[in-house]
Amino acid sequence: MSARDRILAKLRGKQPAQPGTLPDLSAHYTPRARGETKAARLARFRTGIEGFHAEVHVSSEADWPALLTRLCADKQVGTLMYGASTPAGRRLTGAGCGATTLRPWAGQVEDIKADLFHRVDAGFTQARGAIAETGSLIVWSSPDEPRSLSLVPPIHFALLDAATIHPTFYDALVSENWAAGLPTNALLISGPSKTADIQQTLAYGAHGPKELVVLVINAEGDAE
Amino acid sequence: MSSHTPGTPARTYPPRPEAVYFYATCLVDMFVPEAGMDAITLLEREGIRVIFPDNQTCCGQPAFTSGFPDEARQVVESQLGLFPGDYPIVVPSGSCAGMIRWHWEKVIGNDPALKARAAAIAARTFELAEFLLHVVGFDRKDEGPATTVTLHTSCSARREMGTHLVGRELLARLGNVSLAHHDHESECCGFGGTFSLKHPDVSTAMVSDKVAALKATGASQLVTADCGCMLNITKRAAREDQDAGRSTPSLPGEHLATFLLRRTGGSPAGDQQ
Amino acid sequence: MSTQAQNTAGQPIAFVSAQALRARMHDAVNDAHLRQSFRGAMDFLMAKRAAQFPDEGELDSLRGLSEAIRQYSLSKLPDLLEQLEANLTRNGIQVHWAETPDEANAIMLGIARRHQARLIVKGKSMVSEEIEFNHAMEAAGVGALESDMGEYIVQLAGEKPSHIIMPAIHQTKQQIAKLFAEHIPGVDYTDNVDALIQIGRRVLREKFEIADIGLSGVNFAVAETGTLCLVENEGNGRMCTTVPKVHIAITGIEKVIEKLEHVAPLFSILTRSATGQAVSTYFNMISGPRRGDDRDGPEEVHLVLLDNGRSQAYADEQLRKTLQCIRCGACMNHCPVYTRIGGHAYGTTYPGPIGKIVSPHMMGLEQTHLLPTASSLCGACGEVCPVKIPIPELLIRLRGEAQSAPHANPAMVGQGAGYDAKISLLWKLWARLYARPATYRAFTWLATRLRFLTPKQQSGWTAARTPLKPAPRRLRDMVKDRR
Repeated sequence: MSARDRILAKLRGKQPAQPGTLPDLSAHYTPRARGETKAARLARFRTGIEGFHAEVHVSSEADWPALLTRLCADKQVGTLMYGASTPAGRRLTGAGCGATTLRPWAGQVEDIKADLFHRVDAGFTQARGAIAETGSLIVWSSPDEPRSLSLVPPIHFALLDAATIHPTFYDALVSENWAAGLPTNALLISGPSKTADIQQTLAYGAHGPKELVVLVINAEGDAE
Repeated sequence: MSSHTPGTPARTYPPRPEAVYFYATCLVDMFVPEAGMDAITLLEREGIRVIFPDNQTCCGQPAFTSGFPDEARQVVESQLGLFPGDYPIVVPSGSCAGMIRWHWEKVIGNDPALKARAAAIAARTFELAEFLLHVVGFDRKDEGPATTVTLHTSCSARREMGTHLVGRELLARLGNVSLAHHDHESECCGFGGTFSLKHPDVSTAMVSDKVAALKATGASQLVTADCGCMLNITKRAAREDQDAGRSTPSLPGEHLATFLLRRTGGSPAGDQQ
Repeated sequence: MSTQAQNTAGQPIAFVSAQALRARMHDAVNDAHLRQSFRGAMDFLMAKRAAQFPDEGELDSLRGLSEAIRQYSLSKLPDLLEQLEANLTRNGIQVHWAETPDEANAIMLGIARRHQARLIVKGKSMVSEEIEFNHAMEAAGVGALESDMGEYIVQLAGEKPSHIIMPAIHQTKQQIAKLFAEHIPGVDYTDNVDALIQIGRRVLREKFEIADIGLSGVNFAVAETGTLCLVENEGNGRMCTTVPKVHIAITGIEKVIEKLEHVAPLFSILTRSATGQAVSTYFNMISGPRRGDDRDGPEEVHLVLLDNGRSQAYADEQLRKTLQCIRCGACMNHCPVYTRIGGHAYGTTYPGPIGKIVSPHMMGLEQTHLLPTASSLCGACGEVCPVKIPIPELLIRLRGEAQSAPHANPAMVGQGAGYDAKISLLWKLWARLYARPATYRAFTWLATRLRFLTPKQQSGWTAARTPLKPAPRRLRDMVKDRR
């Protein structure tokens, strides 16, 4: 008998005859739903993620490439890596990024690993959505925007459409039916990487990005 | 006003009864009888007849918490017949009240009749302070001089009985008494029954910290509704006094019953001796 | 009993026996510096947690829900493990089962050998501590490097974590500054926390880039989707699970949940209970190795499912509640005993209240039977537990199992290991006395009348207190007199 069979046999021998009742999550979440407007969700998301040391800039569909260019200049980003075949990537390719070199992700990570670790200053990805309650970005990896793009470079720029902000994580999971199909890597990101492992003193830029910059496309175009 | 702790269902209180059973606890019977006497006086003064079952010994908690459930069961079974009437059972200790309320039914074994009896007893068992506040509606005039006291609430009162605000509310009804809160108020005093004997180092560290926090309030005395904690804290303070050569106690303490009685015109049993 | 091992920095790592608990507690309590630093850290963590739960009703509801999810999952545990295995396999993740730490280490060493791995870079995993993974790899000539900042510090110092969430909580920044200056080439002493973290970042980034294998723990394993969830702040978890060619995850068999939606409440209550964060910086949901058009990620992902005594806890309805644990550490943050002795004194991988109830299943009661007694049963742990494990009740149960007369077929390893005929006899006598009211009355009458004979030395009590002395008359005498 294998370890697997022995473990399962031990558990089966003592398993309750009847499984417990499937917990009703909506009984917790539904009465607490806020019925917020999009603007209220954006405001809550912003307060949350800024509390985690992220920068948030509200822009519009038309203006975000210019904003990104300006932010890259301010932060002296030499090279920005991005996925060139997404809609946002195509916009960026067309608009350029001022003095910053735009470098599309090309090939497998092995082909560009050294550059990714040592020569790319920032990564740009789109967020699939966000969570107002906790101030979190939802980032799903894809062949266009691989996992390392939001992880390895010291600055992570994320583009978020305000219309995709969910009130809660629960709402995102259920309303988009994530259980029906997840990517290799689904991620919530709430701020730049941090640690409090030395004397409970908060320090940013532990192993992941030192800065997280969120560009929000707000259809109403509410300026900052 | 709700006074329940998360995890402890709020309970409903009966109307003021004609009589109560008084379950003194072994510690009060043998070591702090004046606190028991003062509790009885407080209840009688409110026109409530107090029945003291003579066959009462112990709630079984020492054996139960030490990991001797069978020994606890024997003692609990000897106590199940003490309360034939339908009167509330009043206990001047959070930990013993907690034992009766939450654990008697569990230690009793599988006899359904005994279990039912234990459950019925649990349902009408009250800690003295909650009984005074919620059932008696204690509201006597404070006749004592202005003073500041500090209060220690036992972990059982706080977390098993959910009565952590009760002592505070009773003291607030005394016009001339102000309450000084102490640092880490919700933290255990380090008694824990056999814990204090088995792990004296940690227990001592805990009680020393508690004594220091209580003293730091500058209050004139300690009030508590649990004699286990009271003995632990005051005997530690007494030892510190002894070691420092102080002749007057730096942290005198008394049971809440004694304190309430003294403040409201009664004569505590200890004063008469 | 103490085994010595060498870590990469050449420092001895002590795996301490739980037997010497009393001596270590004594030393810890008398270490003023340690007392002060744990008190400060625990106060900080308690305040942060409290700030996360301003609404008592929400907390009650979320705790109830989280408890229900964990209990539901455990009620279906073998089914969910099979479902998890099937879905992970479908996703391309290879599943391994280990009954013991040795089996788990052998499986992982086998994977390392197959890849001719020289360096394994590790994300935070308490299960890897439980099986002494680093020790096993070092012994086989494979480097295992901790990359969580706290774990890295602890490994450099040749120590074990003193807290399950904040491993280096016992170290001051000055101690860490000294450690870095001594052990990391080219580093000068600095006790600036930001500078220290940047040093760690620089050193470890080089390792992420070259490591052959990344190891991680698992916070929740989702059966219906075949997904491994990982909670972290630093990004090292993402590094370990993204950059090396092979990712090995290891977890206890109890961590499985059925539905993906179940992660929402559990994740929320975990971070809020643990460090008082509304959310961690990263929540990583891994559902497979690099596949199809993916451009990065590990080419192989493995999951090792470890039993190590968990099935023993599972076998008993009451003790099964131990397995509800989501490893937040709130019980230790709120424990007055942990606050006074710190994590190392316990001598177990998992310290604090949860350690006292889980370690007996992992290590057996021979080594651990004193642990459950080291509690005043104040209930603070049970009060804050996000999944409502009745820790005090389980401590009492384990006290009983430890002290029961030795069994021919013990239901627990080491059952009866704390049996002491004298103590058992004392309790038998106590029961005889207190279960017979007439005898009790006679005894208490004598004890009060002969109070001058009360001994002045009363075991642990008089170590720090004046002696207890019976009153001259019992309450029952006073009641009789008055009537």
